[in-house]
Amino acid sequence: MRRTRAAAAAVTASLLAAAVTACGGGTADSGAGSNAAPKELTYWASNQGPDLAADQAVLGPELKKFEERTGIKVKLEVVPWSDLLNRILAATASGQGPDVLNIGNTWSSSLQATGALLPWNAENFAAIGGKDRFVESAIGSAGAAGQDPAAVPLYSMAYALYYNKKMFQEAGVAKPPATWDEMVTTGRLLSKDGKWALGAEGGNLSNNIHQVFVLAKQHGADFFDAAGRPTFDSPGAVDAVKQYVDLMAKDEIIAPGNAEYAQNQSLQDFANGKTAMVLWQSAASTFKSHGMKEGDWGVAPVPVPAGGAPGAGRGTNSMVAGINLAVFKNTDNIAGSLKFVQFMTSDEEQRILNKTYGSVPPVKAAQSDAAFATEDLTVLRTTLGTSAAPLPQVPQESQFETAVGTAVKELFADAAAGRPVTTESVKAKLGKAQQQMAS
Amino acid sequence: MSTGSRVSTTSPRLRRSALPYLLLLPALLLELLIHLLPMVMGILMSFRRLTQFFIRDWSRAPWTGWANYELVLDVDRPVGEALLRSFLTTCLFTLLSVGLCWLLGTAAAVFMQESFRGRGLLRALFLVPYALPVYAAVITWAFMFQRDNGLVNHVLHDQLGLGGPEHTFWLLGDNSFWALLTVSVWKGWPFAFLIVTAALQNIPGELYEAAALDGAGIWQQIRRITLPSVGAVNQVLVLVLFLWTFNDFNTPFVLFGKSAPAAADLISLHIYQSSFVTWNFGAGSAMSVLLLLFLLLVTAGYLLVTSRGRRSRHV
Repeated sequence: MRRTRAAAAAVTASLLAAAVTACGGGTADSGAGSNAAPKELTYWASNQGPDLAADQAVLGPELKKFEERTGIKVKLEVVPWSDLLNRILAATASGQGPDVLNIGNTWSSSLQATGALLPWNAENFAAIGGKDRFVESAIGSAGAAGQDPAAVPLYSMAYALYYNKKMFQEAGVAKPPATWDEMVTTGRLLSKDGKWALGAEGGNLSNNIHQVFVLAKQHGADFFDAAGRPTFDSPGAVDAVKQYVDLMAKDEIIAPGNAEYAQNQSLQDFANGKTAMVLWQSAASTFKSHGMKEGDWGVAPVPVPAGGAPGAGRGTNSMVAGINLAVFKNTDNIAGSLKFVQFMTSDEEQRILNKTYGSVPPVKAAQSDAAFATEDLTVLRTTLGTSAAPLPQVPQESQFETAVGTAVKELFADAAAGRPVTTESVKAKLGKAQQQMAS
Repeated sequence: MSTGSRVSTTSPRLRRSALPYLLLLPALLLELLIHLLPMVMGILMSFRRLTQFFIRDWSRAPWTGWANYELVLDVDRPVGEALLRSFLTTCLFTLLSVGLCWLLGTAAAVFMQESFRGRGLLRALFLVPYALPVYAAVITWAFMFQRDNGLVNHVLHDQLGLGGPEHTFWLLGDNSFWALLTVSVWKGWPFAFLIVTAALQNIPGELYEAAALDGAGIWQQIRRITLPSVGAVNQVLVLVLFLWTFNDFNTPFVLFGKSAPAAADLISLHIYQSSFVTWNFGAGSAMSVLLLLFLLLVTAGYLLVTSRGRRSRHV
């Protein structure tokens, strides 16, 4: 009986301890990081390659290199894009996250507002070689203006128009469209015999946002005003969304089936010769993984309005895309985390990783490598440098992606089902999304 | 020493009376930890303006009283209107899904009572959907429902020539409700089959023999013997199916992703999406509390009615 009582007491004590720990979870992360576990790090990498295994194959040897140099073991987890934001949010709420993680650069301000990420002040930047090593536009997408960045740029990307050279040749089209009018006329030549001119990911909320953001810029509009208030249903924004959905609804150069695409099926269709063009960021490695050979596709800047040319303002033809590297403030290995960020953003690693992923290094010194002077990357680099704009750096950015991205998804569903997509229906959907944000 | 002898006389009694509570204690503590504590936290959150600014320490979020409840119950505004639509969709969906699961499960269980060759194999096949991991099964359905490359359209349109040559969208628009219902019934009916089968096996064979001798046909036997005998089991079965279906999150989430089409916007996914669209976890918590109250009311009402029914039968 004494043994029973002792066991019961032990169970009770351990349960109470667990309860107390669980309750304390919310406050345990309130302090800054420590160096309690200097020999290990957990790293959440975003899915950059064709699949999770490919990312592990790319990052594995590099992390081994880091371990050999510093003695710090890095536990890697590659997180799919669809899960990443929620995983970060859960980690933020529980305080039980990784030490270092990748974030989409468009989420920087939203995640900065949670206060969970280490601010990159002068001291932290000094530990990784200084802020000046990075391209300015990339730093501009790492947090709200006037505050210390919440992350450090890792991979930079921009949108470009990828086109299938053979399909263009067969349709007698000499060059890729440079304006939206040309896109529609060229598109009609290419959309025949079960093949389509342009691919889209109608069910992918982020992709929808990227596309309509650029079109809104071209219409002289934005989705937030200067004070950071949502202006989703402004006339320019409505025109932009309608123009994008009309590529399926009215112009009929996007296949209706694309309305349900959300897992990069449009890239597969492009590689299989079902669609002739896609608007994408750094897609080369994915095309190769689907069996295309270098030279099968061409790269051109994303179209702009008639009479215009890629540039600032109405000439904007891409968002500043990219991945940033952040450190959770409550890490148990702050010194090691800084070392790891320094390693990943070193000139050498920047060349290796960006070359592999087909992205552009946000570190100036690494950009000079000959590997980044290919046709693809020259277009992307020029776009980033001259005609790309960052998505609004406001705390509600990630809500905006979901709310407006869903509205565009629903409009694509209407278009696919043959229901009319009118200025009024677009305005109503965007108005609803705005009210959701304001509530 | 006298003290020692006194202890030895009272302690066995004390021990006897304390033992049940002691044995219950771990379960009670776990219940407190796993269910009650999060529930209380959820209720407290529903009275706060909990956004991303306070997610690291929600106790700092400003107290807003009933504001979240007013927001989600105001059907003239988008948040309330969408919640009401989602609630009604979920009610209809649950009604159809539970009804079909019960009907299919019971019919199959009655059919499988007869001994025939291959019965074991068929029974195992029936239980496959119940044994498969939900994610794997539902993702397979998602592939099958794809418009251009899916098996469903291939069979319906290309092979059977139903609905014309133009392929149907199953994962977008109004059809998504039927796609979701199909997967839900496919996933749920084997459980009903299993439970009803177990209940049927408890009915003595003599009852059927006697009924047959008295000239009762198969329908009379089902109505007069089978259904009343499995009544108590059915009551629990329907309640469990109702709760599972009403709260089902996995099926719509895997089938449609984080934003389901309006026609298939079940309430669990809707609450998840509402919380994460606006990162307004306070409003999301208010919706969850309302859902919990509704389910408690329905369950209590159901148990009251069914237990009264049982009592009156015994009388």
